[in-house]
Amino acid sequence: MKLWKTILAAAALALAAGTSAMAARTDLVIGITLEPPHLDPTAGAAAAIDEVLYANVFEGLTRIGPNGEVLPDLAESWSISDDGKVYIFKLHTGVKFHDGTDFNADDVKFSLDRARAENSVNAQKGLFAAIDKVEVVDPATVKVTLKNPQGSFLYNMGWGDAVIVAPETADTNKEKPVGTGPFKFQNWAKGSSITLVKSDNYWGAPVFLDKAEFRIIPDAAAAVPALLSGDVQAFPFFDPDSVAQVKDDPRFKVVIGSTEGETILSINNKKPPFDKLQVRQAISFALDRKAIIDGASAGLGVPIGSHMSPASKAYVDLTGLYPHNVEKAKELLKEAGLENGFKATLKLPPPSYARLGGEIIASELREIGVDLEIIPVEWAQWLDQVFTKKDYDLTIVSHTEPNDIDIYSRKDYYFNYDNPAFDKIIEELNLTSDEAKRTTLLGEAQKVLADDAVVGFLYELPKVGVWDAKLQGLWENAPIQANDLTKVKWTD
Amino acid sequence: MTAYLLKRLAIAVVTLVLASMVVFAVLEIIPGDPARLMLGLNASADQIELLRNQMGLNAPVVLRYLHWAGGLLSLDFGRSYTYSVPVIDLVRERLVVSLPLALMALALSTIIAIPVGLFSASRHGRAGDTIAMGAAQLGVAVPNFWFALMLIYLFAVWLRLVPGGGFPGWSAGVLPALKSLLLPAVALALPQAAILARVTRSALIEVLNEDYIRTARAKGLPYRLVLWRHALRNAMIPVVTILGLQFAFLLAGTIIIENVFYLPGLGRLVFQAINQRDLIVVESVVMLLVAAVIVVNFIVDLSYAVVDPRLRGR
Repeated sequence: MKLWKTILAAAALALAAGTSAMAARTDLVIGITLEPPHLDPTAGAAAAIDEVLYANVFEGLTRIGPNGEVLPDLAESWSISDDGKVYIFKLHTGVKFHDGTDFNADDVKFSLDRARAENSVNAQKGLFAAIDKVEVVDPATVKVTLKNPQGSFLYNMGWGDAVIVAPETADTNKEKPVGTGPFKFQNWAKGSSITLVKSDNYWGAPVFLDKAEFRIIPDAAAAVPALLSGDVQAFPFFDPDSVAQVKDDPRFKVVIGSTEGETILSINNKKPPFDKLQVRQAISFALDRKAIIDGASAGLGVPIGSHMSPASKAYVDLTGLYPHNVEKAKELLKEAGLENGFKATLKLPPPSYARLGGEIIASELREIGVDLEIIPVEWAQWLDQVFTKKDYDLTIVSHTEPNDIDIYSRKDYYFNYDNPAFDKIIEELNLTSDEAKRTTLLGEAQKVLADDAVVGFLYELPKVGVWDAKLQGLWENAPIQANDLTKVKWTD
Repeated sequence: MTAYLLKRLAIAVVTLVLASMVVFAVLEIIPGDPARLMLGLNASADQIELLRNQMGLNAPVVLRYLHWAGGLLSLDFGRSYTYSVPVIDLVRERLVVSLPLALMALALSTIIAIPVGLFSASRHGRAGDTIAMGAAQLGVAVPNFWFALMLIYLFAVWLRLVPGGGFPGWSAGVLPALKSLLLPAVALALPQAAILARVTRSALIEVLNEDYIRTARAKGLPYRLVLWRHALRNAMIPVVTILGLQFAFLLAGTIIIENVFYLPGLGRLVFQAINQRDLIVVESVVMLLVAAVIVVNFIVDLSYAVVDPRLRGR
């Protein structure tokens, strides 16, 4: 057996040496855990759609960069009127869709009007709510008029749901996506893989890869051997619990970055006894974030004290407001008249952060006399019972949408939280485009949420990427859920 | 024989109709809305209503059942909610993986199990029997996903003889496709072979105690001939029954193995469809499987007649 292995290893080495002597590789196989239901980013909320297509196949007026910044994309520049209501976008010229048709201002008007139309099923229709009208000034200029100034408008236009599509192909993008990006769609073997190839007539900086295959590997236990055998060269979103198996292997790089996923213990704020501030504060005091992070995210998450990513410029560190303090928590429960504790349910969706975190939280709350019944649910049930019908006491979920602190001001949202003072801050924020002022307002909003202990703020979901050490240019952080391949290349 | 066949056929039709009702009703009851799942957390109630209308989910239940069942009769399985392509296309794409995999696993398990069963039965109670059945016991007890992972580490990661998972498609050539199905087929076949070997052994032992075996031996036939011609044939009925059941299981009950090897098979299609509440896919695939089980059972019934000439007269 030993001899066999030596012979085989020698053969493999010879083969490897033969290939590395040639030019750098231009193909890449990327592992993803979830298969997109279809390939149209403007018609579904599934993150897996953007993970394959964003920035690679489809482009928007603006785009989100590796650190969450807004960058020009199909719009090379723009100007904003003094009242903040009129945006004039100057478009790149000479841009072609993958089917050979020209891109111009008409496509922009078509895409934006389609997304905000009455019968639109765009999953993020709210992004376009402020738009009053879209006008074509000339083939390379678009004028967008807003109903009211909107501070986040340029950011909104960088979402995957706001990419520009062509009228001729908009209806068939689900199966055969046609965009303006540096890669064009080649093949989708359902259940197996999606292949993109370099587009020859790309308008921007040429990409390094000729071919990129996204291979669907749902099982974390299968991901490790797929990497080790070389079948797959990159897992941009890797299971934190499996990192130990590849961490010390020099062939791979393990990159820990940040996401926009605030992982929280959601509380039904209208359901007694959670309608009492003391009870919610008691829960916050009872939570030991370090233990939860160690147990549910392999120690990689960053603790949060309110609903904001620590990577954000507007982040305020409020983790000190409710340090782990069982005595204090018991005192608060006593004040609320619940010194004997109470029973409640904790509904847990499938991700391991929820299932593992739930067990730890249940044991932590038992220390202050809160007896939790754990109910595991599937996503479909979670959406139905918890999110839509609000039939729950506590649940754990990661809110992965970027800059989504406004969800706490939404009417009828599943937190059942209602605070006019908070709503006023968000209202003002929506009308403000001045960066400094926005940061101040965001800071205030974070403080209000923390003071009210609306939910139990746990940690920011880490982004764990593992890829071949010779690979460069993949995103370290995940300001949005995307696998931007435009800068990715092999080095020797 | 004809009356027997007609009766079997009538039972099959009634089973299909009842199964369609049960399947539809059960999936109607489970909570979850495919439209909400597609649009995610930020969608408004109006939008979800709009998509439900587009998907045809707002029609009355009875009407939807009749529409679906009527479609099945004309072999129209409807359109997937999430993929928005005909269900039949999805099934066809998956069957080209699942069917060869199931057949390979079945062939492997038979090739391993029958000789082992024969060997054990003919050495009943001796050391060879104990060792073989001990191994079979182990084969039943080892979880197949763990066994699959061990196979991957040995043959894909360490020796690099076969890919560690995935399916290149038949378009990549027959050999690479078969190669990628080899490890999953072995992982599936081993526990099945273990069960089958035990069944073969016990059926054979029972038959070997029959009087006619003693008679055959007494008239001077060599032991080997008695074993193969007289005993094995008579022991085949339970073996064939188990084989039929195993085939139905292998066709769609392989979700775990399909996940470990990330194969785009039928089991994973159903699993994914359940998670996304793509009810029409679940309903149609389950009905197809019900039909497959019925057909396989029918073939098993027929094969009894081949194995046992006495049944032919009925």
